[in-house]
Amino acid sequence: MNIIGLYNYWIVVVLMAIGFFIVIAHENLIKKLIGLSIFQTAVFFLYISMGKVVGGTAPILDDKWHLYSNPLPHVLILTAIVVGISTTAVGLALVVRIQEAYGSIEEHEIQTLNAQDQIECQLEAYGFMKNNAFSVKSLDE
Amino acid sequence: MTALAITRMNDLFAVVMLSGIYSLMSAGFFLDLDAVDVAFTEASVGAGISTLLMLASLKMVKRYEGKTKYKPMLALGVVGATALLLIYGTLDMPHFGSADAPIHQHVAPRYINDSMAEVGVPNIVTSILASYRGYDTLGETLVIFTAGIGVMSLLRVSRETKDQQQKRVPADMQQQIILRIVAKMMLPLILLFALYVQFHGDYGPGGGFQAGVIFAAGIILYTMLFGLSTARLVFKSSLLQKLTAVGVLLYAGVGVACMLLGGNFLDYNVLRHDPVHGQHLGILLVELGVGITVATVMITLFFKFTWRTVKHKYIEQ
Amino acid sequence: MITHYPVLQVIIPLIGAPLCLLFPVPRLAGLFALLVSSLAFLVSCGLLQQVMVHGTLVYALGGWAAPWGIEYRIDYLNSYLLLLVSSMSTVVLIAAQSSIRRELPQNRQTYFYTAYLLCLTGLLGILATGDAFNVFVFLEISSLSSYTLIALGTDRRALTASYQYLIMGTIGATFIIIGVGLMYMMTGTLNMNDLAERLPEVNHSRTVLSAFGFFIVGVCLKLALFPLHLWLPNAYAFAPSIATAFLAATATKVAVYVLIRYVFTVFGIEYVESVLPLQEIFLVLGLVGIFAASVSAIYQLNIKRLFAYSSVAQIGYMILGLAIGTQLGLAATLLHMFNHALMKGALFLAIGSVVYRINSSQLNHMAGLGRKMPWTMAAIVIGGLSLVGVPLTVGFVSKWYLVLALLEKGWWLVTVLVLISSLLALIYVWRIIEWVYFTPARIHLSEVREAPLSQLVPVWILVIANIYFGLDTSLTVGVSKLAAQSLFGLFGAAP
Repeated sequence: MNIIGLYNYWIVVVLMAIGFFIVIAHENLIKKLIGLSIFQTAVFFLYISMGKVVGGTAPILDDKWHLYSNPLPHVLILTAIVVGISTTAVGLALVVRIQEAYGSIEEHEIQTLNAQDQIECQLEAYGFMKNNAFSVKSLDE
Repeated sequence: MTALAITRMNDLFAVVMLSGIYSLMSAGFFLDLDAVDVAFTEASVGAGISTLLMLASLKMVKRYEGKTKYKPMLALGVVGATALLLIYGTLDMPHFGSADAPIHQHVAPRYINDSMAEVGVPNIVTSILASYRGYDTLGETLVIFTAGIGVMSLLRVSRETKDQQQKRVPADMQQQIILRIVAKMMLPLILLFALYVQFHGDYGPGGGFQAGVIFAAGIILYTMLFGLSTARLVFKSSLLQKLTAVGVLLYAGVGVACMLLGGNFLDYNVLRHDPVHGQHLGILLVELGVGITVATVMITLFFKFTWRTVKHKYIEQ
Repeated sequence: MITHYPVLQVIIPLIGAPLCLLFPVPRLAGLFALLVSSLAFLVSCGLLQQVMVHGTLVYALGGWAAPWGIEYRIDYLNSYLLLLVSSMSTVVLIAAQSSIRRELPQNRQTYFYTAYLLCLTGLLGILATGDAFNVFVFLEISSLSSYTLIALGTDRRALTASYQYLIMGTIGATFIIIGVGLMYMMTGTLNMNDLAERLPEVNHSRTVLSAFGFFIVGVCLKLALFPLHLWLPNAYAFAPSIATAFLAATATKVAVYVLIRYVFTVFGIEYVESVLPLQEIFLVLGLVGIFAASVSAIYQLNIKRLFAYSSVAQIGYMILGLAIGTQLGLAATLLHMFNHALMKGALFLAIGSVVYRINSSQLNHMAGLGRKMPWTMAAIVIGGLSLVGVPLTVGFVSKWYLVLALLEKGWWLVTVLVLISSLLALIYVWRIIEWVYFTPARIHLSEVREAPLSQLVPVWILVIANIYFGLDTSLTVGVSKLAAQSLFGLFGAAP
């Protein structure tokens, strides 16, 4: 087997692993999103690499050329890029709101705060706190 | 590579910048692999819009990442397993660049050989995008629309605070006269270029999506130099909101029109007497729909993010 | 017009969503969303009837025949699920009108309805399509809109829940496109039927195996199969009640559908069984999921979280049905998908009414509510009993078929375990009954009244459906069996 013929795909694997690692291992919410986009970009490479034909040219018809790269992966990846930016945008909007609500975007700090919320609910359930949960909060801030 | 540097850095600002560079390099890579349309999009989206959004959100969070107490072993295990599975998969793949791989044999030849006769557009990517797989692109437009809805609902500012704040927000670059003049000269050119990309997508790389992003970039440049308040006078958020919907409706409307004229959904052939003319008209209209939605959503995203962060800054002071 | 039904099914909500945004008054937007969803429901009834008469319907989008274009392919399996999703969405929207007005601020209500319709579009699109990449596009529409729906919850934990879901969901979706990409690489096609024809030629290759692996992991993330379920309980607990009711009743079912579609139609059950011990993996994960999630459910104090864990457990049952790998097992899974949607829809809508009245979903706040809101509470009790699998309810029917399938396979031990797990369900349902009926009411409950009629009616529609389909099983069992038969029939693997 000719290993050299696959080198491009192995670069993809390395990039993907880096991106995926950032998503799982890091605690900063923005960094996770960046990791996610690296992960997705690696998949774009995978698709575009498979569309390439050696000696081919960009898939715009012209009399001078006869060999074109496969256009279908390009189309799919255009769609995937759009999906990627959409996800990033919604994710960032969430991060902004989380920063406002918690004052932090580090995962463990947020988890601590969430645990506190949880404990407050529990305590209140067994009558340690005053019953203020019933006062209907005004919903229009 | 840049990606590795990103994992190690604690300074989020640098990380965002690096990820912009990473995107630009990816675009170069795509170009090298003949994917001109993809390169164009990646350069404008990855290096442009997403970096901007990241920077806007960075404005309000701490610049430095906290010390992480992560469990690298578990993460490494999961990542390692995934990478191994993929490497295992690569072993039987057709070699890079070989012309006899299955994907070059089965569906694609029809696009390459017949699209000129069937759709009549030299850019094959455009003819697949807008016609053969036009439904995917409708879905893609809807994804963008969904993201717009998500951000609008999450970063909604209530009306009173908006009016109070509006007066107090000066442009950050009020004093940069040279920049402002250059920008004023650039703006029409950028918008013109956007229109060129929009309507020239049939022949060269480009199309509704890229044009929308470039158009939005022009507006964003204007906003950065002349202040959000000025820009919002021209682009009211209610107007933007309506336009995002209009773009999707235009695209879907073309589909419905095809149905009413007796074809299948998005079957442009029936739009005119001559199928190829029908295809031309259909592609033109749907690309316009994509362009409108993308441009307005991008502008909205930028406005929402900067508005939120600027407000935040003032509250803190 | 009838020939256009397959595409109308999806584009009605697709066009409805942007139109919904144009309504200036949220109340009108809500009614409009209801209208759109009802239309989609009517179309899905028409579709099911068409499929019953004519068999599989194929619709080429853009007039381009597959595999060059994208096609919609409607058979028993997806017409059945289209009906499920669109009917649940309509019933939930009836109750949404008043509940949303209470739970969300005025300026976010229109966005809620728009996102809701987008989510509906995404789910219906996934069900109807016969194209592998199109699945991904519509999957993202439904996911992005459900992140939005969840983040609209008023508790700040809704934001983190939504973020967590976004990360997990995107990883899942990316795994799915890696899988699709590898399949495309080996076959050159994206059309599911075409894939099914061409994959056997390259079956031996390691790339296809890897594609299958990525695809399955990705889908399992989406359907919250234990242990990939971590995002689900928080997401369900903190989302607005209506969003929870809709997502719980539909979203995970659609993910299960994608799994079934790929395992049976695209890869073929023979291939799947020959390369991976998937049966065993699913069996173990299903069982562990059922027990772990049921036990967690028992310890929850928030009733939404309780039923969210119960959902994870119910997904375990569906996966168990798949693991059996026989026609009857598959039919049991399909039946349970339908029935579980009815139960969870009724339960979460009733909880929505509780939140509407007392502004809390903590069990202790519900003490003594049985007397104040008798109809709502009765609905929760019946829904809960259905979850346990008491005779005369739909829960019994699906458990019955699952047990039959297990016995047919000769898995005695598993059968016993399934029966024991029902007892766990009985425990958590009993806890609710105890709080609601046998704990003295608190003083501030004195002013609480029964839920408004606009919420009681949809709740009771679902409760009555729970009982009706528990008695008259001809429609659900009939269609499930037909669907299972056709899935197995495709490859002649029927036992």
